[in-house]
Amino acid sequence: MTAMLNVKDLRAYYGQVQALHGLSFSLNEGSLTTLLGANGAGKTTTLRAICNMVRSTGAIEFEGKPLSGQSTENVVRLGIAHVPQGRGTFTTMTVEENLQLGAITRNDKKGVVADIERMYEHFPVLKERHTQQAGTLSGGEQQMLAVARALMLRPRLMLLDEPSFGLAPLIVRELFNILGKINRQDKVTILVVEQNAQLALELADKAYVIETGRIVMSGSAAEIANNEDVRKSYLGY
Amino acid sequence: MELFINQVLAGIATGAIYACMALAVVMIYQAIDHLNFAQGEMAMFSTFIAWQLMQWGVPYWWAFLLTLAFSFAGGIAIERMLFKPLAKAPILTNVAGFIALFAIVNSVAGLTWDFTIKQFPTPFGSSPFLGSQLISTHQAGMIGVTVGLLILLYLFFQFTRIGLAMRAAASLPESARLVGINTSWMIALGWGMASAIGAIAGILIAPVVFLEPNMMGGVLIYGFAAAVLGGLTSPLGAVVGGFLVGVFENLAGTYIPGVGNELKLPIALALIITVLVLKPAGLFGRPIVKRV
Repeated sequence: MTAMLNVKDLRAYYGQVQALHGLSFSLNEGSLTTLLGANGAGKTTTLRAICNMVRSTGAIEFEGKPLSGQSTENVVRLGIAHVPQGRGTFTTMTVEENLQLGAITRNDKKGVVADIERMYEHFPVLKERHTQQAGTLSGGEQQMLAVARALMLRPRLMLLDEPSFGLAPLIVRELFNILGKINRQDKVTILVVEQNAQLALELADKAYVIETGRIVMSGSAAEIANNEDVRKSYLGY
Repeated sequence: MELFINQVLAGIATGAIYACMALAVVMIYQAIDHLNFAQGEMAMFSTFIAWQLMQWGVPYWWAFLLTLAFSFAGGIAIERMLFKPLAKAPILTNVAGFIALFAIVNSVAGLTWDFTIKQFPTPFGSSPFLGSQLISTHQAGMIGVTVGLLILLYLFFQFTRIGLAMRAAASLPESARLVGINTSWMIALGWGMASAIGAIAGILIAPVVFLEPNMMGGVLIYGFAAAVLGGLTSPLGAVVGGFLVGVFENLAGTYIPGVGNELKLPIALALIITVLVLKPAGLFGRPIVKRV
């Protein structure tokens, strides 16, 4: 298998404060990888660095092309969809407009219309509410919308920042099932950052654990789930 | 009664100009969160361009279209050269930028075309509209052009891809970048459109106030009053605000003793202050809640 995303010696800074201290990892094409870590470990920063939303050094390569120096919008145009923390919903616009915005860089009008219908099949609740302002949706519905919006790009790689945050357990399970389906059926490579380690490890094939801006452990999801330290620190048993 | 209707209609006509200025102000406010104090001067400069073209023998509507194209390009150029570098600067730096722009445009216009007032033609004529004494054809034309412009803008923002992208960039820049929108160019486009809308306002009001470098001073203050009244975040509010301010100004000038023509301007300022105290978000604006 070839690596789709290669991150080498990534360091990121907020002003004078260094948040990442030389992170290296890679994602295989078609894989579903999770990045685990406590609050403030640098998970969100890692995702933001990939999309060049934070000042960083080091090398990031996507399908052989270097991403450093590219603007955020150009990184996205390469096929990397980023579902940010807090979902980034355009709350004053309708559900359907949010989906259209996800596909704003695409030129195939018919394909976009067909994809919107496909999203309504994936997420029937969005179809019911397609003319509503997105801000009136519940948290779970907004997260579904954020995932659907990201998929409208027809991404090759999808980055998700704590999709389970603030959602009821049942909704989280439903969402993760959909993510698994997207990964297998649509062949979208997924990197998901999570605090809900248990669910993330069930879903993923591969996992990295990050602490204070460094990767401290990596392996298959099963290995990580059985690791004594991880179980104590992140799974709580 | 005839006087009342007359004043209301005349108010709607000048209100159309305030609506255009308010719309231009709101477009830039939405894009960069600042009031463009130089909006009026930019409109005045555009009007001089139209006048110059007509002096050279270009027919009215060709001059109109060429001026719009020039203003659009000029608005983009100003954003790229002056305000893009200031994007992350503090508010006061931006205000200084606007004042500098105001002074430069005003002086360059004065230097090029001097400060004597000039006649500006109207394509609509100034005979009574439809035989009625209430309103002139030029006033009716001002209303018609503004309403047409509004409909076009509405269609643009609701039904075109680039309009959707501009709305997204204005409401949530970070999310807009994450769907691949080049927000920086959306801001420049907003400047170009605001500048062109201002040019329309200038060209329409010039036959009434006459053309000279300081012609837009009062108009811009009414435009600000309209934008504040309607809500700085709402293009629709800006337009409704424009018409309301126009009518209010005329009725106050007519019926409140001692106001007359001379004291109309303080009324606009009083209106701004009243709205900011009683309903800061304006009639149609949404209150801005910032998380701290």
